[in-house]
Order: sequence, then structure tokens, then C-alpha cells
Amino acid sequence: MTKSKSAYSEPGKFGKSDYHIIVVWVDNEAGVLARVAGLFSGRGYNIDSLAVAEVDKKKHLSRITIVSKGTPEVIKQIKLQLNKLIPVHKVADFSRVDPNILFRELALFKLVSASKKLDKAKKLCKKFNGVVLDKSKKSLVIQVTALRREIDKLTETLKPLGLVSISRTGAVAMTRGPEIFITN
Amino acid sequence: MPKLFTGAEIVFKSLEDQNVEYIFGYPGGAVLPIYDELKNHKSIKHILARHEQGAGHAAEGYARSSGKPGILLVTSGPGATNAVTALADAYMDSVPLICISGQVPTHLIGTDAFQECDTTGITRPCTKHNWLVKDVNDLARIMHKAFEVATTGRPGPVLVDIPKDIQFKKGKYNFTKKKLLKKINKKVSNKTNLKDINKFIDMMKDSSKPIFYTGGGVVNSGPEASTLLRELVGLTGFPITSTLQGLGAYPGDDSRFLGMLGMHGTYEANNAMHDCDLMINIGARFDDRITGKLDEFSPKSKKIHVDIDPSSVGKNVKVDLAIISDVNELLKNLIKIFTEKNKNFLNSNKQKTSKWWTQIQKWRKKKSLNFINSETTIKPQYAVQRLYELTKNKDTFITTEVGQHQMWAAQHYKFNKPNRWMTSGGLGTMGYGLPAAIGVQVAHPGKLVIDIAGEASVLMTMQEMSTAVQYRLPIKIFILNNEYMGMVRQWQELLHGKNYSESYSEALPDFVKLAEAYGCVGIRASKPSELDEKIEEMINVDRPVIFDCRVDKEENCYPMIPSGKPHNQMLLGPKDEKEEVSDEGKTLV
Repeated sequence: MTKSKSAYSEPGKFGKSDYHIIVVWVDNEAGVLARVAGLFSGRGYNIDSLAVAEVDKKKHLSRITIVSKGTPEVIKQIKLQLNKLIPVHKVADFSRVDPNILFRELALFKLVSASKKLDKAKKLCKKFNGVVLDKSKKSLVIQVTALRREIDKLTETLKPLGLVSISRTGAVAMTRGPEIFITN
Repeated sequence: MPKLFTGAEIVFKSLEDQNVEYIFGYPGGAVLPIYDELKNHKSIKHILARHEQGAGHAAEGYARSSGKPGILLVTSGPGATNAVTALADAYMDSVPLICISGQVPTHLIGTDAFQECDTTGITRPCTKHNWLVKDVNDLARIMHKAFEVATTGRPGPVLVDIPKDIQFKKGKYNFTKKKLLKKINKKVSNKTNLKDINKFIDMMKDSSKPIFYTGGGVVNSGPEASTLLRELVGLTGFPITSTLQGLGAYPGDDSRFLGMLGMHGTYEANNAMHDCDLMINIGARFDDRITGKLDEFSPKSKKIHVDIDPSSVGKNVKVDLAIISDVNELLKNLIKIFTEKNKNFLNSNKQKTSKWWTQIQKWRKKKSLNFINSETTIKPQYAVQRLYELTKNKDTFITTEVGQHQMWAAQHYKFNKPNRWMTSGGLGTMGYGLPAAIGVQVAHPGKLVIDIAGEASVLMTMQEMSTAVQYRLPIKIFILNNEYMGMVRQWQELLHGKNYSESYSEALPDFVKLAEAYGCVGIRASKPSELDEKIEEMINVDRPVIFDCRVDKEENCYPMIPSGKPHNQMLLGPKDEKEEVSDEGKTLV
């Protein structure tokens, strides 16, 4: 056995990492996004995507949706640490495989190619609520809303059809049925 | 039309309404309006440090020894960045600090103005919360909120950054003491539910090898929590060990106290932690200096964890019963219910834990804190022991720097009361002890305040001796001088093949002359035979003292848990280490 030269202990066994969607309701004040994002980077948690906007103008509440990957222990720590931030009102966490949760992400695609290919692209996007936002002889801007992995896949199939630019929002989430997430 | 006040006046009105007596700080351009206002508020005294880090640690020492929040006032830019170490230190060790920093005027923010820095950006990860005040009418609310955040829940530092124009601008101060009182009374106390308390009691009754493992949370919860802890230990007869920060919550000389646990804890405390069947963690956080190798940490025990901070529970170690509560509240409820139903527990349970106590006595017989004393050189452990013996009858306050001397102080100085022991545990800040001693002495005039120091650490904030002299604070700086950064040297000896890379201090000052240069008293002891007499001399001088105690240069701090090892594989002394190395040598060859 080689002797440790560190004053710190060796890392233990790691559990299985899973994707989680973490929803945070915060006061929409200066620096709040930096607090949330800083907590993730400072503690070594990862951010896969992040979507944020004010959802209550009167109370100045914003809703942040973060897709993160981590072991159950790490996800639990993320929630507890977020809850300690002063501008945070509540935190919800959903597993990506939870059937009670709806996830959507919006993407804009710009394609430049011959009209035949553009028509084909339009058809491919139909399944994902494709809406044509802009059209010219040579180009197309199309909006789709779908799951992250569906957009990933779609991106690949659109590439040979003249895809030149992609803009994505990151996932947002909501529970099914009449319930809303009250507090934790 | 309500009366209008300037931002600077609002700062002081808030401080007065919060009953602040002392501010530790250092002036500068962006904070001058607040300093200008100081003269109009006689109830608040300002202590001028010589460096903002010193001011910060002094505020920490004040807070930890008095239970009141410490107030720190600094200017923009370098003033704020110098305060960062103290803020990070307070964040790790849960010390309530309110740092007020000046900022360049609002219209210059973001222009790289003179002495501008993104103070709220820099301090965000080392404060509980911080604010940049952009409207003078928000100032009163933010000031009072700052006190609330710093002192409630798990305490910690906060920062309020006030641009210079806001300090001049006039605004409303609609805050009355009545309003404040109401708010404090409304503060929700964590009512623990009866089910958890009953489970707690059942687990105690089921256990034949129990141990209390208590930490700084007991001290932070107030002196009553320490009284209740003593009562609970008395009622159960269970053994108790403490973390570095928890020392003093339970009497250090009591027979049920096993000494400190962890990397340099006692053999009996660490082995009891490893072999117990019930671990009752009250106000400690399973820090990595305590647990050692996590996979093998106390493998056979059920664990109870009481903590006020939900994120501390389950972070490092999984527990069987988690109670999110203030220690004082929990102990009050627990003792009440426990005594109602278990009248004669101490005697009826004696049999059950007798084997456990026998085992503990066997571990104790190892006398793991023993060292080989010398008649020619002063052993550092001996110096701390003598210091303890000669000051134990006074109500003495001890601060430390960071390193070997800190561990020897923790091992050999026995504390009997909470708030008497101020040390930088989480961040491990060298240079903490001297300024902290200043803060302690400010809070406790007339009491004996000693900084047990190392010569390397103390040089990091030595300039604060000037502060001690200015305010006639008779702090005693007791330096265990071995000319090495001792803990660095020890690790290099044990783990890096005795390559003492940069850990020897070649050009140390003459500490006696240095003391005289500062206008305080210098004392030197080099022989064991003169130690007692010199310590007495130090105690009897009513002025600040720098005590240069020349100790053995190569003494190592034992016992210790080597890195990556569990609690039951401690090294007790140099002999253990040699054996291990030679075994390894064989494998290597």
C-alpha cells in the first residue's frame, strides 16, 4: 500500500449520478442569479441548463429551472444549500424520469439550403410543434418545443438539411394535475 | 413628514437600536462620512485596528467570547478585500459578524474607480448574505435585516456595502425599538416533535456503548445549553467527547469527559467513537478532521444528529435520527421528557454500560497525551500544562493561532466554561489569535486573556500589538517558539521524507525587543526551571506582554490519525511512526 501524502482523506465510493430538474423560486433582485450559479460552481455541482425569468411581477418573484446531474446525496445537498440562500423562497426537485412532471424546452433552428431540403426539415419538425417564424427562398427559422433529448436528436437529423444556427432555452418544468408545489 | 437622516446617521441609529457597544475598523476614503458621524454617538466606541484582517478577527473574538455579534467597519477596495479572510473564517466557524464596507459613489460603480472592487461579488461565497445599498431609504431595513441574518439560525457573517453618496443622502429611518422587539419575539423557534424526542430517548435506553459527541453548536446556543448538556450527561452517565470548537461546553477535567476527538484527539475519544453503538452528535458537523476515513467511520453505531443547519445533516455521514433544532431548545425538551419517565436511569442503567466504561478505562490507560519531558529544553506540551496550572483558578480566556501549538493548547488546557476558547478551526487562519485576543479583552475588561501562539502565525498579524497598546488591553501573547512552521514541518517529516521545504524561519525577530518596540513587555523563557516564575511574571503584569517561550524545535504533535485511516488506527508517538515506516520500507525494497 502506498502511503497517502495528503492531509486529507481519500475519496470514498461514489453513488450513481442521475439527472434532476431543480426549480427555485427567488426574489428577483440584483445578483440573485449569481448567488444561485455561484453556489453551484463553488461547491462543484454541475449545471446542464438553466432557464430563468420573472413569473410574478407584483411580488418580484422569478422562477429558475436548473438541470443538474448528481448522486442522491449531492442532489439533496443542492436543495438544502439553495434553501439557505436568503432570496430563495422554495426549492423543488424532480427526477427526469418522474412521470408526474412535464418538461419542455424551446429551440430555434435556422436552416439555409435548397427549398426541397427546407420542406423536408419542416416536415421533420412537425412532430415537435414546429412553427415557422421566418422564411425566405434560401432559409428558414423554425421553432420547436420538445424534450431535451428529442431536440438533441432533431438537431442531428437537421444537420444535413442545412442547419446553420441553434438557440435553445434549457428545460422548464411543471407538475401534472391540479397540484402546485407549495413549500418544502 | 418624518424626519430625514443621512445614510451615515442611519447606520449609527441602527447600531444604537441593536445595542452595539464596539466597532472594530479602519477608515478610508469611501467610508469617511460614517467615520465623521462617529463623534455624535457616544455609546459606541470604535477600536482602530492596524489592518482590516486584524479588525475582523478582533470582531470575531469579541463575538465568540460575548455571544453578541461583532461589528466591522472598513473602506472600499483594499479595505474590503483585507476583511475577506476574517469573513471566510467567521463563515466556517459560525461567528456572527456584521461588516459594513464603504463603496465608491453609485455613479462610479463599474468604472474601475479609485479603490473600487466588486465587494458583494467577492464576499458572496463567504457571507451568509450581503447587500449593496442603492437607495438610502432601504438602508435601515437592510441594516436590521443584516443583524437578523447574522445572529439567527446557524450564525455567520454578513456584509452591507454602502456607496459614499448613499452615506451622504437623506432618507427615512422608520424603525423603532418596539418594532425590533416584536420581530425578535416572533422569531420561530424550532419546536421538535414529541415523536423524535421519544425516539431519541429510546435509542439512549437501548444503547450499551453510547457516546456524546458535541461541538460548537452547543457554545453558539448560549451558556444555558452548556448547563443543560452537563445535566444530560449527569442524568445518563454516558461518556462525552468534544470537537475543537466545542471545548468548554462540558468541563474538561470531569471524569466522563474523554478529551477532544479527531485527528489530534485522544486515544480513548477516537476509539470510543469507532466502537460505540450509539453516537449522539449535538451541534457538530462531521468535519473531515473529525471523521477521518468516511467509509470506516464508526461502522457499528446508530447515529443521532442535532443541528440547527439542515444542510449539515446528512452532508458527510448518514444518520438514523436527524433533529433540526437549536441545541438549547432540544435539550430543554429532551431533559424534561426524559426525567419524567426515567426517574432512576443513572443507577438502573449502570450495569448496561459498565463493560463499555471498563473498555474506555483501558484506552485511557494508554495516556495518549503523554510526552517525554526534558530537564534541559522546554517541551511545548509542558509549557501549555504549566500555563494551565498557573491560570486555572482565574477565569481565563484562551485564543490560539493555527498549527501544532493550537493542538497542544486544545489537548492540554482544560476548559470549564463555554466562550473561553477562541480558535480558528474551520478555515485554519494563521494570525487569528492575536487580534482575536484583542476582541476578547475588549469584551471582558479585567479578565486574563492569553493567545497561545506559534512564532510563524503570530507574525502574520503582529502589527495589532499596536492596537493592544493604544487601548491598554493587557493581552498576553504566549509564543511556543520552535522556529519552524511546526505543523508543516511535522507533515514534511512524516510524509515527505523530511524534506523541510521552506518551513524553517531563518530571520526571526527578537520577540523581547519587538515587544519593547511596540511599547509592551517582553519576557523570554528558555529553561524548564524558569518557566513557572516567568509565567507568573506575565500574569502579574497589567500590560500587553509578548512571551517568547523557547521550546523543543522538533517535537511532533501526537496522538494523530494518519490521513486515510479510521479512528481506531491512531499513532500514539514517534515509536509507532517508525515501525510503520520501516514496514513500508520493506515493501518498497
